[in-house]
Amino acid sequence: MAIESDVLVIGGGLAGLTSALASARVGADTRLVSYKQSTLRNASGLVDVLGYTPAGEGPLTDPYAAIPSLPTEHPYRTVGVERIREALSLFDEVVPNYRGGHTDTNALVPTHGGTIKPTARYPAGASAGLASDGRDVLLVGLESMVDFDAPHAAAHLEAAGVPFDVRGVTIRFPGDLRADAKVTRYAKLLDTNGDVAVRGRNRPVREALAERVNAELDGEARVGFPAILGDDDTAGVRAALSDALGAAVFEVPMGPPSLPGLRLEDALFDALDRAGGRFETGNPVVDSDGEGRIERVYIEKNGARIPNSADQYVLATGGLVGKGVDSDRGRVYEPIFDCHVPHADDRYEWFEGEAFGDHDFARFGVRTDEDLRPVGGDGSVEFDNLRAAGSVLGGYDFAAEKSGSGVSISTGYAAGRRAAQEAQ
Amino acid sequence: MSDAERPPTEFEPAEPNTGEEFEPVDVFPDSTDFDLRPGADSCYKCSTCDTNCPVAEVDDDFPGPKFQGPEQWRLKQNEEDYEVDDSVMDCSNCMRCDNACPSGVPLSQMHNTARGEYVENQMSKLSVEYIRNRILANYRTSAWFASKVPRLANAVMNFGPARWVMEKTMGVTSEREFPAFATETFREWWDRQGAAGGSRERARENRERRGDPVDADKKVAYFHGCYSNYNTPEVGKAMVRVYEHFGYEVVVPEQRCSGTPMFANGMLTDARRHAEVNVSSMADLVEQGYDAIASCTSCSMALRQEYPELFDIDGVEEVAAHTFESVEYLRIHEDLRGAIDETEIDGDLAEEFAYHAPCHARNQGLNRQAVELFGDLDGVDVEDVGDSCSGISGTYGWKAEKYDKSMEIGEEMFEHMEDTDGETGMTECPTCAMQMEHGTGYEIRHPLELLEAAVVE
Repeated sequence: MAIESDVLVIGGGLAGLTSALASARVGADTRLVSYKQSTLRNASGLVDVLGYTPAGEGPLTDPYAAIPSLPTEHPYRTVGVERIREALSLFDEVVPNYRGGHTDTNALVPTHGGTIKPTARYPAGASAGLASDGRDVLLVGLESMVDFDAPHAAAHLEAAGVPFDVRGVTIRFPGDLRADAKVTRYAKLLDTNGDVAVRGRNRPVREALAERVNAELDGEARVGFPAILGDDDTAGVRAALSDALGAAVFEVPMGPPSLPGLRLEDALFDALDRAGGRFETGNPVVDSDGEGRIERVYIEKNGARIPNSADQYVLATGGLVGKGVDSDRGRVYEPIFDCHVPHADDRYEWFEGEAFGDHDFARFGVRTDEDLRPVGGDGSVEFDNLRAAGSVLGGYDFAAEKSGSGVSISTGYAAGRRAAQEAQ
Repeated sequence: MSDAERPPTEFEPAEPNTGEEFEPVDVFPDSTDFDLRPGADSCYKCSTCDTNCPVAEVDDDFPGPKFQGPEQWRLKQNEEDYEVDDSVMDCSNCMRCDNACPSGVPLSQMHNTARGEYVENQMSKLSVEYIRNRILANYRTSAWFASKVPRLANAVMNFGPARWVMEKTMGVTSEREFPAFATETFREWWDRQGAAGGSRERARENRERRGDPVDADKKVAYFHGCYSNYNTPEVGKAMVRVYEHFGYEVVVPEQRCSGTPMFANGMLTDARRHAEVNVSSMADLVEQGYDAIASCTSCSMALRQEYPELFDIDGVEEVAAHTFESVEYLRIHEDLRGAIDETEIDGDLAEEFAYHAPCHARNQGLNRQAVELFGDLDGVDVEDVGDSCSGISGTYGWKAEKYDKSMEIGEEMFEHMEDTDGETGMTECPTCAMQMEHGTGYEIRHPLELLEAAVVE
């Protein structure tokens, strides 16, 4: 026996979750398994489709217009523009509190480094911060959060030529929080509007924080904070601060660990739960049975191998960082099914000399047929019932193109939907 | 052309050792300690673990798992007189950081090791804290005494003035009610059922009824843990009835405490003494083809993960690889979904259950199991109350100085429990159950009890 389902999705990131959602929503009995917690909490929470062309042109105004001229091996060419639009509609439908779905045009969102990121969707909490908005901005950094240097970010934005005045200040967060307090500590305090001690007196934290910012505010209509403004009640926290400041309040997306990423993770798992999908995290899929067709996979738990079987499988285990693609000194490989990953024999051809050069490794990953099924070196389908989605796919450089989320969502959607159709 | 392309020396980066004999150098000399260096080196400081720590979210004195684990480990290597930071005692050992780490850093192993060292070398053995922790950690000993006179023990343990004295002298909170001791322990009941011999007979009858081969090789060894034995024997009875129903012969070998409360209090010597008994009796049975089954997710966690991480005992790896949680094992080997599809629940378990997944279920991939399994069961509804920690973490919430933190951590779970329609909770973990009951007044059941009601006639 084994733990059974129609469709088994391996991987709990954006691609895996979208895939499982797409499958569960058309009625297939769907299970998602993920080694550890979703890597979404390392993501900014911004959902991009395409910011730059592979040649580096951009920022692009309309990502969809650029897709037909991408190289043929690009996963976007496999799924096509229509599928990308359908996938984004699914995202818009199931994830609350995201913006950007009203237009094809990329939004320009300031990042914590003071750069501008072209993105297709963004959390509602970031919407008052858009760089296309003409209102002046005050960025507020915290002494204890060295990841966000507000004056530095403001200077960067100025240099980028944003159409408004922007200033950065650094304040002390009220209360005796430890210097390395976790983002979840700030969020919890703000969610519950807990008391903090300020000059020997206990005050609600939202009020105390607003008071410190008010002292710095000089008529700016918008105030940006690092993304720590609550977890469960982030809209409530923003509204309270906004009232107290008389200015629009927004969150600047941060690096890991990221609350906007965490909130997105929660929203997607909730949606999967509502759609009737089942999921399990904590242990890795390590092996499989079957030639030409996957019969079952094995989850490893402290030496025990737990069989899981399904009619159709989706591989959404991530790329080089997510460990869905791995390498040693001899070769680059996909560790679970050993799907073919094209790469040069000589590992000194895998990278360029310059740190930001056009590295081969950035495009490492499995290649597929038009149905997203991984293919071998000779172009033949490796397993009849296995599809791949997200950054385990090769042929594109998501970091340079700003296309990681869009590829994950669209290939996840396409793979999940096809898997469900095949299983039924 | 850059220097990289025209090396100034004979060194050839593509084939650096060509023509030379490779001589491995032993950089780190043999050591009998578990080597945590690879684990510490795997940490790339993404801080995902910190965002999972239920204590760091409410406690401004607690530096979080990244410090307690890899950072403190490095400090210990480099500073001769480095003392383990006393904040390690504020870690509740929920082990959520393990499940969080994308890099496979053995955080809880590092915490357990550091805490053990702290208690061994830095904590006064005469301090009230040490004595209190030792008594709490050795719950089995107290429970064993109490089970001899359960009614008297129940009266005394919740007698107000006695509890006031315990709080004032020992730091055991008087806010909580002690769990009631059963008038008949699980093992006493088990003996009355004819023990292993009786189980074999019943299993055979059930195989015949099911149309299985009568001599099928279906046998399990039950690790009931202290709580099902002394406090909630109904969980142990449900385990036996459900397994026998599916044709399994059950044996209940000699066993001690799993060690969970001892790990959490840094009492590694005590934990090892108990682990040796448990591993020894389970290893013999595993060799004979038995699998070890636990109904408490902290017990199964100890056998599966903490033992092999902390103790070098003969057979420890084999026992870990053959230990399963009770419902998990049946999901793998039996058509549990099919069995559940065919029935419905009526009577006193036809309820909406507020299910809380114990932290220790997470590393084992079991935190959604009850919701997934009972989703198809007619007559009940099992609502997941979210992924927050209950806050009690075994003995943590029993300590007077931790009580408020414990309740603050649990607040989210209490709220979500109150939001469900029913007034019954469900969890696999006995101490989570205490906290759930304490915070909401709900009655708390174990998934095995519902499974018994569903599949056993």
